[in-house]
Amino acid sequence: MIPVLLIVIPLLSGLLGFFMKQEKLAKGWSLLSSLITMAVAISAYFTKDVTLLRSTHEWIPLMGSNFSVSVVDGMGRMLAILTGISFPLIFLATYNTNYTNGNRFHALMLLSQAGLMGVFVATDAMLFYFFWELALIPTYFLCSIWGGEKRIAVTFKFFIYTFIGSLLMLVGIIYLYYLTPDHSFALQAFYDLKLNNDQQGWLFWLFFIAFAIKMPIFPFHTWQPDAYEQAPTATTMVLSGIMVKMGVFAMLRWLIPIFPAAFWSWGDFISFLGMFGIVYASLLAMQQDDLKKLVAYSSIAHIGLMVLALVSTTDSGIQGVMIQMFNHGINIIGMWVVVALTERQFGTRKISELGGIAQKAPALTILLVVIAFANIGLPLTNAFIGEFLMFTGVFTSNVSQFNYIYTAVAGLGIILAAVYTLNMIQKVFFGNTNSITANGVDISFTEKLALSVLVIIILVVGVHPQPILDLTNDTTLSILNKMITKHP
Amino acid sequence: MNALILSAIWGVVMMFSGIFTKSGAAIRGIAITGLALLLVVNVLDFQGTALVDINTRGMLVYNTFSYMFLNIVFGATLLYFFLSGSDMERVGLHLAEYFALIFFILAGISIVASFQTLLMLFLGIEIISIPLYILTGSDKRNLKSNEAALKYFLMGSFSTGLMLMGIALIYGSKGSFSLETIGAGTGVITPLLGGGMLLLLASMSFKVSAAPFHFWTPDVYDGAPTVFTSFMATIVKVAGFFAFIRLFETSFGSVQAQWQLFAAIITAATLLIGNITAVFQQSVKRMLAYSSIAQAGFMMFALVSLNGKGSEGLIYYAAAYSLATIGVFAVLIKLNDYTFEGFNGLGKSHPLLAATVTICLLSLAGIPATAGFMAKFYMLSAAVENGKVIWLVILGVLCAAISVYYYFRVIQAIYFKDGEPQVAEVSTTFKVVMVLIAVLVVYFGIFPQRLTDFLYMVY
Repeated sequence: MIPVLLIVIPLLSGLLGFFMKQEKLAKGWSLLSSLITMAVAISAYFTKDVTLLRSTHEWIPLMGSNFSVSVVDGMGRMLAILTGISFPLIFLATYNTNYTNGNRFHALMLLSQAGLMGVFVATDAMLFYFFWELALIPTYFLCSIWGGEKRIAVTFKFFIYTFIGSLLMLVGIIYLYYLTPDHSFALQAFYDLKLNNDQQGWLFWLFFIAFAIKMPIFPFHTWQPDAYEQAPTATTMVLSGIMVKMGVFAMLRWLIPIFPAAFWSWGDFISFLGMFGIVYASLLAMQQDDLKKLVAYSSIAHIGLMVLALVSTTDSGIQGVMIQMFNHGINIIGMWVVVALTERQFGTRKISELGGIAQKAPALTILLVVIAFANIGLPLTNAFIGEFLMFTGVFTSNVSQFNYIYTAVAGLGIILAAVYTLNMIQKVFFGNTNSITANGVDISFTEKLALSVLVIIILVVGVHPQPILDLTNDTTLSILNKMITKHP
Repeated sequence: MNALILSAIWGVVMMFSGIFTKSGAAIRGIAITGLALLLVVNVLDFQGTALVDINTRGMLVYNTFSYMFLNIVFGATLLYFFLSGSDMERVGLHLAEYFALIFFILAGISIVASFQTLLMLFLGIEIISIPLYILTGSDKRNLKSNEAALKYFLMGSFSTGLMLMGIALIYGSKGSFSLETIGAGTGVITPLLGGGMLLLLASMSFKVSAAPFHFWTPDVYDGAPTVFTSFMATIVKVAGFFAFIRLFETSFGSVQAQWQLFAAIITAATLLIGNITAVFQQSVKRMLAYSSIAQAGFMMFALVSLNGKGSEGLIYYAAAYSLATIGVFAVLIKLNDYTFEGFNGLGKSHPLLAATVTICLLSLAGIPATAGFMAKFYMLSAAVENGKVIWLVILGVLCAAISVYYYFRVIQAIYFKDGEPQVAEVSTTFKVVMVLIAVLVVYFGIFPQRLTDFLYMVY
């Protein structure tokens, strides 16, 4: 029941949103709808009754595909909650931004939420593929209509990239479908498959490329900085806060448990990509003058660390990835909110043109500094927990002989993150005001509210992460179990 | 069977209706009535209530696939009449004759949907082709239309010659025209039989515009009046495929291993040529011509894999592809400018048309939750089930990704670019039917079962 509601509420309210001509009404409507979705998502956390947490209906019986959705699994539930929390915050933070045809903008945002929810709750491969693509279509229109100057070409590149990846995955899904004994798309049937090494070897890549493009892992990342830069900021928040998690999530649910042997044997190669991504993205982030690009590259670096932890095959590594998916979503939305507020007020995102905002907007600066610390992973912030766990995981991993190197490079990544983040804060927020920032004012109430909620989540999770760790513990153990027992 | 008779009769009725009335609306009314009758008669026939029963001595055999296919053909043609019927008046003076020719084509399609001997196949294909030559050249004052008709006629006759030659060789080897007899005991391919089979493969590939026999397609589709291109590129093309698959499944199914590679190579070439050439087109009409070649490549999957999924998939593809393409063409006809720029700003000036045509384009590109996705899905899974042509499946999805480029160019023009599109007057019926098409495309995309269930229905 609950997972169905999570999809249906944003879907229907999104479709209705197209018919609301007044922008005020559409804004209020989408905020209300997303708040209801959030309430439903959070209620899933407290629900003990398993029958409420999953639901199966016949869909295409001729092909053995069911409309089966479930948030019984802790990882799916956590990401549904993340999606549920993020959208009201995004709407709130951008409440004062006006769009032409605002009703369509908000309607498409809600549709993309429905798609994302679907991805996280689907336990049928066909359904999963449906939502995987459906989350992309509204985003395509959002970026292409309301984006920046180069929006059409950039968004198209993004679309084609992800579309190629997902089509390859589709071939893989169909192939697995024919291998299942009773021709079924059910996740469990895929888990029960006994694939030999040859099959794993090539099927693995069909899925891996799709997910690597979405995350994105170096060298499949080239769509990302441009797309983040050109997209309207609210959509950028969805893209980086939640959509990136689709890739990580899909690896954990649809790739590693099905192809453990292939994942194992390609582990070092994948780790190398992750490691290279960390260094490369961090170095590029240091060179950026555009705030959006800086945050985009820092996101690639963070994903690189998650990749290293995924390969580590340790309890703390996988747990770290789980909690970091949540944290990264919250933190990066916070970063984007700050960027959006800065840009709206001063009309530029160039670091070199800004300065001294702290004198004019103290509230914004205080909130930003907490979020920035979380981005670096300082203790007391949520990211510290995740990164600490992932570090432990990578360091204690015994699947690779290079784990010391991986840990060292990941550590370098953290140092570089501190360099570019603090450098940005210093240049943009401190120092003397200039002609652009001289007339700045502080942020409005709704914006303070949105940022404060984010900061509170950051601090609460940083001090008391146990609820999230407990939530994902079962999933982590079952994934580890499959990684280890299925390994030849 | 009844549909065949009725469509032939109605063709004659249409011819004479031109004598009694010159009013376009009246003629359209008669045509639409006839088509609705055809659909009803065929559905009744499907359910076992035949109005007349004729013994064809096993030359025409209707099964659920034939009935279902004809239902889709008649349904799609009905929508096509509603959408583009009034635009036929702009082609020339002989409105009644155009409708008559289309009814004759439908009679031919009824034959190719049920033929059981090579003789009937030949008759059916010719009954389809000859009215098409005329329709292609119906814009008499337009040099391009004349050129296209002549080209189509010459090339088409040549391929018909090949087909006859092939039939003769097969008759010489097997002593029968019956597909069953040819299929029975064809364990080894003799040179005579193999030669005949390859000639049939080539001529059928020509009819469905599969590469390397596709060269006529862009010129003919581009030169023909756009209303008729819409019909040719959709309904006629899928009928060709239906005949193609039926022929090879019954006659040469047992020796598939020996010709599968030929079919796979033709498929790969069709996919590549169709998709890559479509990318470089400047005119949407010509792009749609190449896109029809590209989509033909996907329909060829049914031939390459030759299994139950493939046949189901072909039925499904027929519906999905025809609906979407008819929708796109119907809007294209209303535009003055056939280049991509002609669509600029359509989203602002005609939001309803823009939304429906976008759904059609998304379906052609194979985005989930549209019928086009399920159609491609069926085809891909048929090939995967066959198991021997995984390389073709990978090539297929890569080509599907290329196809996104040119379909989305139209969407980009509609929504993301500014302009003042010149759109002819659009009636309420037109809008209603466009919405209906969009709804059907989405409905069949989410509930594919609603279409394929009929195939396994027993009355």
